[in-house]
Amino acid sequence: MSPSGDVAVQQRDLILWSTFLMLLVIVPVIVLTFVFAWRYRAGNNDADYDPEWDHSTVLELLIWAVPLLIIIALGAMTWVSTHQLDPYRPLDRIDAQRQVPAGMEPLVIEVVAMDWKWLFLYPEQGIATLNEVAAPVDRPIRFKITSTTMMNSFFIPALAGQIYAMAGMETKLHAVINKEGVYEGFSANYSGAGFSDMRFKFHGLSESDFNDWVAKVHADGGALSRDAYRQLEQPSQNEPVQLYGEVEPGLYEAILNRCVEPGSLCMKDMMAIDMLGSQNMCGIGDGPRTLGKTPLETLGAPRSALN
Amino acid sequence: MSDSNVLSPNVTGEHGTDRRPLEFLVKGEHHPQSPTLLGFWIYLMSDCLIFACLFATYGVLGRSYAAGPTGAELFELPLVALNTAMLLFSSITYGFAMLQMQQNKLKGTMIWLAITGLFGAVFLGLELYEFAHLIHEGAGPQRSAFLSAFFTLVGTHGLHVTFGIIWLVTLLVQLRKHGLIPENRRRLFCLSMFWHFLDVVWIGVFTFVYLMGVL
Amino acid sequence: MFDQLDLTKLVFGRLTWESFPYHEPILVATFVAVALGGLALLALVTRYRLWGYLWNEWFTTIDHKKIGIMYMILGIIMLLRGFADAIMMRIQQAIAFNGSEGYLPPEHYDQIFTAHGVIMIFFVAMPLVTGLMNYVVPLQIGARDVAFPFLNNFSFWMTTSGAVLVMMSLFVGEFAKTGWLAYPPLSGILQSPDVGVDYYIWSLQIAGVGTLLSGVNLLVTIVKMRAPGMNMMKMPVFTWTSLCTNVLIVAAFPVLTAVLVLLSLDRYLGTAFFSNDLGGNSMMYINLIWIWGHPEVYILILPLFGVFSEVVSTYSSKRLFGYASMVYATVVITVLSYLVWLHHFFTMGSGASVNSFFGITTMIISIPTGAKIFNWLFTMYRGRIKFDVPMLWTLGFMVTFVIGGMTGVLLAVPPADFVLHNSLFLIAHFHNVIIGGVLFGLFAGITYWYPKAFGYKLDPFWGKCSFWFWLIGFYMAFMPLYVLGLMGVTRRMNHFDDPSLQIWFQIAALGAFLIALGIACFLIQLVVSYRRRESLRDTTGDPWNGRTLEWSTSSPPPAYNFAFTPQVHDTDAWWQMKQHGFQRPEDGYQAIHMPKNTGAGIILAGISTVLGFSLIWHMWLLSGVAFVALLAVAIGHTFNYKRDYYIPAEEVERVEAERTRMLADNV
Repeated sequence: MSPSGDVAVQQRDLILWSTFLMLLVIVPVIVLTFVFAWRYRAGNNDADYDPEWDHSTVLELLIWAVPLLIIIALGAMTWVSTHQLDPYRPLDRIDAQRQVPAGMEPLVIEVVAMDWKWLFLYPEQGIATLNEVAAPVDRPIRFKITSTTMMNSFFIPALAGQIYAMAGMETKLHAVINKEGVYEGFSANYSGAGFSDMRFKFHGLSESDFNDWVAKVHADGGALSRDAYRQLEQPSQNEPVQLYGEVEPGLYEAILNRCVEPGSLCMKDMMAIDMLGSQNMCGIGDGPRTLGKTPLETLGAPRSALN
Repeated sequence: MSDSNVLSPNVTGEHGTDRRPLEFLVKGEHHPQSPTLLGFWIYLMSDCLIFACLFATYGVLGRSYAAGPTGAELFELPLVALNTAMLLFSSITYGFAMLQMQQNKLKGTMIWLAITGLFGAVFLGLELYEFAHLIHEGAGPQRSAFLSAFFTLVGTHGLHVTFGIIWLVTLLVQLRKHGLIPENRRRLFCLSMFWHFLDVVWIGVFTFVYLMGVL
Repeated sequence: MFDQLDLTKLVFGRLTWESFPYHEPILVATFVAVALGGLALLALVTRYRLWGYLWNEWFTTIDHKKIGIMYMILGIIMLLRGFADAIMMRIQQAIAFNGSEGYLPPEHYDQIFTAHGVIMIFFVAMPLVTGLMNYVVPLQIGARDVAFPFLNNFSFWMTTSGAVLVMMSLFVGEFAKTGWLAYPPLSGILQSPDVGVDYYIWSLQIAGVGTLLSGVNLLVTIVKMRAPGMNMMKMPVFTWTSLCTNVLIVAAFPVLTAVLVLLSLDRYLGTAFFSNDLGGNSMMYINLIWIWGHPEVYILILPLFGVFSEVVSTYSSKRLFGYASMVYATVVITVLSYLVWLHHFFTMGSGASVNSFFGITTMIISIPTGAKIFNWLFTMYRGRIKFDVPMLWTLGFMVTFVIGGMTGVLLAVPPADFVLHNSLFLIAHFHNVIIGGVLFGLFAGITYWYPKAFGYKLDPFWGKCSFWFWLIGFYMAFMPLYVLGLMGVTRRMNHFDDPSLQIWFQIAALGAFLIALGIACFLIQLVVSYRRRESLRDTTGDPWNGRTLEWSTSSPPPAYNFAFTPQVHDTDAWWQMKQHGFQRPEDGYQAIHMPKNTGAGIILAGISTVLGFSLIWHMWLLSGVAFVALLAVAIGHTFNYKRDYYIPAEEVERVEAERTRMLADNV
């Protein structure tokens, strides 16, 4: 609840407003509970006693209407804010005062949740980092998020709300950081033994600091080839920060499509084959030997053996 | 029977103009209707939900062939049509068994029941043949999500038919032993609902899985 | 798996000496304690020759009252286990700071939070709720038993069988490390190759059979077995809420069964339902399990709404305000509970419109719930409120539950959920409604109906102690979690980096200890009340000046519940009978038709336990034998046609004369 990014600020405000709206009915209920309990206690003979009174149309209309009105207000707020703060929607403002200047493209960061660490790839800059991520202030960021195996949840509370990271799928998150600083990021969805240490630092940097940081990663970082990635993919816990100044092209696409292994059929190709329906293994020839991590020979004969 | 005077409390209704004394106890023994058929019907509805989930699963995964064989390539409609016919016939013969039961004809009931069971067994045999064939072709339930969903949906139905046949055989023995006593009639009714229910589910399978898979 | 016909493998599957945690001192100590306690219990039972009594009067009983009591005992025993897990977690999180790993490494800690969730929902809340419904509903509707008495016994033992499997996982192998809903891919065979998830699957499947059948049973009981004159709008509110709960059980549990079948096929046969490769879809699991999971929370809370309704009107000596709107509210909640499941995963990336739809349907549920709260409020209005222990629980509930309701609606706003999802705020929210609603309601219900079941009231002093410890303990344990959640602290963490959080966890741990005292006071209350039973004795059958039919019979009721079936004219049937100066007839009894006890239920459930255990450990030979045995016993049971008998009129007369004497002594 200490936001430093515009999206997180709006989410906090929404929480406060909703709470306030609901307190309008919650507080009277709690007070009335105590008042009625005390006033109509058995010892108090001054209070009225009406054992057969069990219905009042006006009162019953009222007790349905009051929550209804609050929910109508809250529902309207929900509809608007859910669309406004949809993580898939590109930002149109940097903060309450400033719109996104025309022509400013968001910074794309590709996020891979691994067992149990976070890999960040910067396609524009051609770098990658492990368990550390940085972004310039006041520039919209577009996170493209996937996972190697488990379902995790990508969450930097000061920046914006969370979104799941799932294998073979891509979720998106749009956000902007407005204040320089170092913020906590982590997985918010339990994913097994190493989950508690699946944390990283998010650096909000000024434009020039960010450029320096990129240059530093370029200079100091190693290379992230497919082989290096496959090494990295082995489950491990509490990994230190690592920098990669050089990233094999198409790596993120391959991770997303589960075909980093040489000779494996990419999911999008598999789905394309499936879309064709009666086309099948013959369509892909002898190339792929695995589907994702499953070797094809364990799957029995291909279709051509039929008939 | 009891002395009814004892049971009426000597009080008068106090509300409004109704001055008749209110009875607070039921005279004689109170027999609620037998709850079995309703209970069994509710159980069937819950079973129906299991099938609904499996249908939904098939709906989600039915096109996920994982670059493997599709329904159009695998399904042999003539075989399935024959299979469907077996199950539909078995429903009809079960109906005959029930008609015989209503005419108090034990022997006829048992014969039609046995025929029903035979049709069921043929249905199962054909289904097992189809499964064995598919697995042999390399299109087993492990091949793709589509085949997992297919085998599970059709297999669950087959498992139900299997239990239906076991039940049917049990019931035949019980009919032989005790005849058409009320308990057995009730059981025949329950199995009847079960059997027709499986028929209805199969029509869903046939349409949704086989026909739509091939067309 | 069959290609290597190794005999040891066939018999023992993957069970080896390594499966027994003899190298874990805590578990060995626990095992020794449990074993010694168990042996002592067995010895005592043998010493006092109680086996016959237990078998004939309890294990094989088809009396809904005894089965209800057995459900309650099961729930309370499992509460102790589930709570032990809770306090272990709270201690771990209170000390695992500043580089300390705490005393529970992840492989233990992860099992503990999974077991805690599973046990508390399936083997504490469900048995206690089912037990309460089982005991009270037939009495409230003036019936002699439930619709299917044998199934009732069978359901209970199946639930117990599931509980036994969960308990076994403590000492043989391990439990799931996946969280209580076992999301794939984490629960898949690749990521969780051990027996933990299999324990999870089979204990829930076996207990699920029990739950489903008991749902069918009670549903049919309420529909078919009501006393003459009791039309739907004259049913007591507890019966109404039970009806809705059982509708939900019947319409939700099959989904759980189906989804667990799919998960087990993935694990056992290598199918591809939820796998990452081969076209599987793990999001489907999450959708399906919540289509069951959301109605499940209403299955738990609705009957307790009924309890609170009964309690408020009884202790306010006043008719329930707005009976009709109470009924409609219950029905609306029942229907809506199927339209909200997606709010458990707004963060999975559905579009904004889908998310808002489910957010708004969720909020709509708060309208009927709010109406219910107001109805209870206005029942108190112009009443004469006696602050007996059940009423205290009810007041505690009303104040606590509205806070939980508020945080729940907050979580239903999707953008707010993006921040609060999976955080300790969520944990605080659902403990707020489950403890503040379900558990408080259960304690209210137990205290309220205890004299009916046992013939003496519970000691109020210890009841009040228990209430205050629970209430204060709850606020201390969970308010800090709300705060932590707002600070962005996630659930299921094993250790923490930020030392400034520690103080909140320490307060929460202290709260958990207060709750422990609350549980202790409850147990002491049971013992003290038993010892003081003569002075707490209820000879009237109606200790609270009750309003519904269960108070018209003796405490405890005779096996046949009512010597004469009541004729109902009003919602508060017994209140009306009293108002009209009803005189209990003292002769004219008839023989009463009752079902006979049977051992088939416990035997079938016992075989199911063996079947489950052998499947968990891949002992295929034993699985086969157990399956055939299960089938044989089930079929054998259908050959038993002599399932009922008559209680002779003389016997009824003797029992009723006893009651007459007791009532006379009282006056």
